[in-house]
Amino acid sequence: MTALLDDLQTMQLRRLLEAGLPLAARPYQALAERIGASEQAVLEQVRHWSEDGLFRRVGLVLKHRAMGFRANAMLVMDIPDEQVEEAGLRLGQAAGINLCYQRPRRLPDWPYNLFCMVHGREREQVCELIEALLAEHQLSHVPHQLLFSTRAFKQCGGRYAPSATRELAHG
Amino acid sequence: MDDLDRRLINRLQHGLPLVRQPWQILADELESDPQTLRARVQALLDDGTLTRFGPMFDIERLGGAFTLAALSVPEERFDAVAAQLDAMPEVAHNYRREHAWNMWFVLGCATPEGIAETIRYIETQTGLPVLNLPKEETYHVGLHFSV
Repeated sequence: MTALLDDLQTMQLRRLLEAGLPLAARPYQALAERIGASEQAVLEQVRHWSEDGLFRRVGLVLKHRAMGFRANAMLVMDIPDEQVEEAGLRLGQAAGINLCYQRPRRLPDWPYNLFCMVHGREREQVCELIEALLAEHQLSHVPHQLLFSTRAFKQCGGRYAPSATRELAHG
Repeated sequence: MDDLDRRLINRLQHGLPLVRQPWQILADELESDPQTLRARVQALLDDGTLTRFGPMFDIERLGGAFTLAALSVPEERFDAVAAQLDAMPEVAHNYRREHAWNMWFVLGCATPEGIAETIRYIETQTGLPVLNLPKEETYHVGLHFSV
């Protein structure tokens, strides 16, 4: 059995991970040295957090606009309440849909309850993709709008308390 | 950015394996070597292509709260209101979109009460009503960009 981390080490490890994963051949060994623990204990704690859903993956945040993904559209739809779950699950699985959320209507200002984010390089390509998706899922007739973003003022600049970096969402 | 950078970014969006020597596994997959891959990630961080490498925390699991919100800002005030939001640490992203609701932003706070307070603050500061659209259900989260 490997000694588990104590509470202080667990907290220290989480703080260190909020800053990112060290770019080392053995990143968990590098973290272990910082908090006076064993590599195995650190790795087990990280796996536990991952299984528990504290984080989704060890991955990256890409500055996607800089990579040429400039056509960023929010598709919003007004789906009858009794059909929104099925529509959400189906659209959520569709290729090209990055995020799919149900949100409240705010009548009369805002009638839409299902939101999908689609990113592409060209606006026309995104429009075509969305039209095809709506047709495929028999949703062309539902009231919907496509809100393209034209400027980004702030992208993934958020810091929260407790401080952590969240996966880029909604962008 | 070359072909290896692209393959590396695409691969890393699926997550680094949780093992002692994760770069060795990636090096085998990408037919490269671990040192090169780490140097590439460092270079992509340094030049701003990547803004983060590490665990992608679920803010809600950390006890935080967030919401998507919008404002309908008169054209002549648009830049000034954008600057007001930009100065607020609770504002994580802010996009202009082509719609009567023309400013869309994400708020992140430590608590749900913090969200409500922040919305009241924005309404007071700007004199504009905030459209608050918290997530009710998640059907899909998978932000992948094939580069």
